Amino acid sequence: MTDLGAMYIGAGLAAIGIGLAALGVGNVFGSFLEGALRNPSAADGQQGRLFIGFAASELLGLIAFVVSILILFVVKK
Amino acid sequence: MSAGKIDPMEQFMVEPVLGHHLSLFGYDVSFTNSALFMVVVFVLLAGFVSGGLKRELIPGRWQVAVEGMIGFIDNMVSVNIGEGGKKFAPYIFSLFFFILFANLVGVMPIAIIPGFHTFAVTSHITVTAVLAFVSFGIVLAVGLWKHGFHFLSLFVPHGTPAWLLWLIPPVELLSFMVRPFSLGLRLFVAMTAGHILLEVFGSFVVQGLNAGGPLGWLVSGLSFVMIVGVSALELLVCAIQAYVFALLTSLYLHDAVHLH
Repeated sequence: MTDLGAMYIGAGLAAIGIGLAALGVGNVFGSFLEGALRNPSAADGQQGRLFIGFAASELLGLIAFVVSILILFVVKK
Repeated sequence: MSAGKIDPMEQFMVEPVLGHHLSLFGYDVSFTNSALFMVVVFVLLAGFVSGGLKRELIPGRWQVAVEGMIGFIDNMVSVNIGEGGKKFAPYIFSLFFFILFANLVGVMPIAIIPGFHTFAVTSHITVTAVLAFVSFGIVLAVGLWKHGFHFLSLFVPHGTPAWLLWLIPPVELLSFMVRPFSLGLRLFVAMTAGHILLEVFGSFVVQGLNAGGPLGWLVSGLSFVMIVGVSALELLVCAIQAYVFALLTSLYLHDAVHLH
C-alpha cells in the first residue's frame, strides 16, 4: 500500500466518527421527544438543555470531521 | 482548479477585493473578501435593528420583528444567566445576530449571477475563534472582577468529597480551558462542512450535465434535488449554530456571575 492510499483510508476511518455522532444527536432529540410527549407542558422549559446536549454530542462528530480534513489536507504527502 | 474537476475548498479562499496586496510592517493588511462580507453583515444588521427603533405607538411589522427578536434574547439571558444577567443582553444580542446574519449571508445563492459569490465569514476559524475568545475573556473578566480569587472555587463544585480533591479541580480546569476552543470550532466546522457538502453536490450537477446521456441527466437531477434539501437543512443549521453559540456564552456567563 502506498502512503497516499493509507492516508485516504485513514481519512475514511476518521469519518466513521461523524456517523457515530449522528447516533448521539438522534438519541438526544429522540429522548427529548419521548419525554416531551409524556409531559408536553414541561417540554418548553427544557429546550435550553436540549440544545446543550445537542451541542455537546455534535461537537464530537465535528471533531471527527476536522481530523479527517487534517489528514487529507495538512499531513505532508 | 484543474480541468473538469471542481475544488470544494476554493470557495474558502481569502483574497484582496481590489486584486493587489497591501502590506504594512510586513503584515498583509489588504481589504479582503472576508472583511468585505463582515461589513455587509454589519450594514444588514444595523439596517435591521434601526428599522425597529421608531418607537411607534402601534408597531408596524418591522418593529414587531425587531421587538420579538430582542424579547427572544432577553428571555434567553434571563433564563440562563438569571439575576444580574440583564447587562449582558446587548453583548449576547450582537453575538447572536452577527453570527446568524454572517451564516445566512454565506449560504445566499448569489453565485447564479456570474462573477459574484458570497463568502461565509464564519467558515474561518480565525473569525469564530476571535468571537469565542472575546466571550471567554468576558467570562474571565466578569468572574475575577466580581468574585476576586474566590472565582477559582468554580473548579471545586459543591459537594466534592475530600478524597477526590486531587482529581476534580484539574478536570474542571481542563474543561474550563477547552471552552473557547470548542465554542469556536463548533461554529467553524459546522459552516465549513455544510458549504463543502453543497459544493460537492453542485459539482455532481455540473459533471453529470457535462457527461450527458440519460445517466448523466439522472445524476444531475438527483443531485439538484439533494442541493435543495441540503440548502434547507443549512438554513436550519445556521440558526441552530448561532443559537447554540449565544446559549453557551450565556451559560458560561452564568458560571462567572453566580459561581455554579
